Amino acid sequence: MARILIVAEHDGSDLNPSTAKCVSCAAAIDGAEIDVVVLAANVADIAAKAAEIAGIARVLTVERAENENAVAAILAPQVAALAGDYAYVFGPSTTFGRDLMPRVAALLGVNQVSDIMSVEGSHTFKRPIYAGNAIVTVEAPPDTVLIATVRVASWPTAAAGGSAPVEAASADTELPVHTRYIGLESAASDRPDLQTAATVVAGGRAFGSEENFQLLYALADTLGAGVGASRAAVDAGYCANDMQVGQTGKIIAPDLYIAIGISGAIQHLTGIKDAGTIVAINKDEEAPIFEVADIGLAGDLNSAVPELTNALSK
Amino acid sequence: MDKIIVGLKRVVDYNVRVQVRSDGSGVETDGVKMSINPFDEIALEEALRIREAGNANEVIAVSIGSADAQQQLRTGLAMGADRAILVAVDQDLDPLSVARVFQAIAAKENAGLVMLGKQAIDGDNSQVAQMLAALWDRPQATFASGVSIEGDTARVVREVDAGLETIEVDLPAVISVDLRLNEPRYVKLPDIMKAKKKPLDEIALSDLGVEAAPKVRELSYAPPAARQRGIMVDDVAGLVAALKDKGLV
Ligand SMILES: Cc1cc2nc3c(=O)[nH]c(=O)nc-3n(C[C@H](O)[C@H](O)[C@H](O)COP(=O)(O)OP(=O)(O)OC[C@H]3O[C@@H](n4cnc5c(N)ncnc54)[C@H](O)[C@@H]3O)c2cc1C
Repeated sequence: MARILIVAEHDGSDLNPSTAKCVSCAAAIDGAEIDVVVLAANVADIAAKAAEIAGIARVLTVERAENENAVAAILAPQVAALAGDYAYVFGPSTTFGRDLMPRVAALLGVNQVSDIMSVEGSHTFKRPIYAGNAIVTVEAPPDTVLIATVRVASWPTAAAGGSAPVEAASADTELPVHTRYIGLESAASDRPDLQTAATVVAGGRAFGSEENFQLLYALADTLGAGVGASRAAVDAGYCANDMQVGQTGKIIAPDLYIAIGISGAIQHLTGIKDAGTIVAINKDEEAPIFEVADIGLAGDLNSAVPELTNALSK
Repeated sequence: MDKIIVGLKRVVDYNVRVQVRSDGSGVETDGVKMSINPFDEIALEEALRIREAGNANEVIAVSIGSADAQQQLRTGLAMGADRAILVAVDQDLDPLSVARVFQAIAAKENAGLVMLGKQAIDGDNSQVAQMLAALWDRPQATFASGVSIEGDTARVVREVDAGLETIEVDLPAVISVDLRLNEPRYVKLPDIMKAKKKPLDEIALSDLGVEAAPKVRELSYAPPAARQRGIMVDDVAGLVAALKDKGLV
């Protein structure tokens, strides 16, 4: 039996879909017995959602006022305290997990396996390096607890329909006061979440302005799509930071990705390698994005995008 | 604060299209252009700005690697670091051991801040800053896109999936930086000359009393599954037809 603990990601009220993706990865380990831990100020709703993930044994909860926001320095000692009962502790490769899990690993005196793409054996995994230009097979030491992050774009969402028991756990550790959460500025949007949307449309530098990005939003709304962007578009201020796709943005795997006015730099392609179908619209026939696109259209976005929106809204 | 320590890793330049060796034994690095990890360069720039604003006295650039990493340290000195330390190792160190090295140096130098890149673009692990903060028992502010020093605290804006998060940390602290934090300065020729006279000390791992951690071993390397070039359509009507064909719209 392999006891695995997954640290649930949430925003204080809703469970993040990354948690169910971690469950899929954990389930790929032979003999997995999977627990999910929810650390929050109010655990009930989040734990109830976690309990619905199929294939997990238990949901553990740690309810403390200090857990109101995800501050790694505060969560890490609690996770480390729970880790003693487990052979594996997993978190997602989202900014939440990337911030937290290495701190847990260091408290336990072990290295971490980052961004698990596939499970090859009890301690052997594949993971991307060099912005995804190489895939390395790694082996973690078998005699210590294994801390890892799961590359969420590589894993399906575990099914719902479970009803795991919810139990309060105690992680009575002293918590630091040296780190204080101030706030979150979020470009609230009603569009589907970039990381889980089935369809994503993304815009690059070629849009030229924030106003022109409206063309992209109109297309997205016609398709019910999430919206992404290249780093160049974000840096130019055409859209919010959290829309960036790529090595230093979000790694996504939608069924359909439509890249518009994006050249296809390696760092951008890293973020979309696992997309089902890639469509590219670019006025330069030689743009590298066409080397990876399943469907390419060489054309000017200023006419092509409204035309496409129009054609699809019929 | 007195001192800021900045990590500068020597990595394959970000413009190089990295190739896996045909025998799967690793990634081709022979004859390939090497540079400072781009995130680390941003960390150094920010440290210099903090010093220039009068909030620190000294910026110390540290690299852990082969003697070749002296090049990157010299570049760091030319950018404006006051002195440099090369921790000489003949093989790649794992992230936890790297964190132990930084902890030892931070303690020895009594650092007020350690600034690192949020990840190195070779291993893409994104672990060292968080590990160092844990070992040192200090705050971590990862993925920073804004840093302001206010007395004994730092206010840091972090790029997280949900948007921009702000936290306040007591110093000393560890900050890992993201790309949008700043644009690093260009190095001018006179600075390169001046940098030659700045101190660059070499120390051995054993001098720091650092024990190597249990390693995650790299067994074999392969190129990623390649995507095939698909079809080109002539116009929007053709695009819509192709999407309908695949059942995507
Ligand atoms: C360490 C590092 C990390 C990075 N991380 C990321 C990342 O996470 N994500 C990311 O995206 N980038 C990242 N980058 C930046 C990346 O290298 C590219 O600079 C960036 O992706 C380029 O964005 P772009 O394609 O929008 O712009 P450009 O490369 O300028 O491309 C614009 C494209 O638009 C086309 N075009 C112009 N006008 C029109 C028109 N009217 N109609 C149609 N097409 C038109 C052009 O032909 C061109 O192909 C990173 C870089 C570094 C160094």
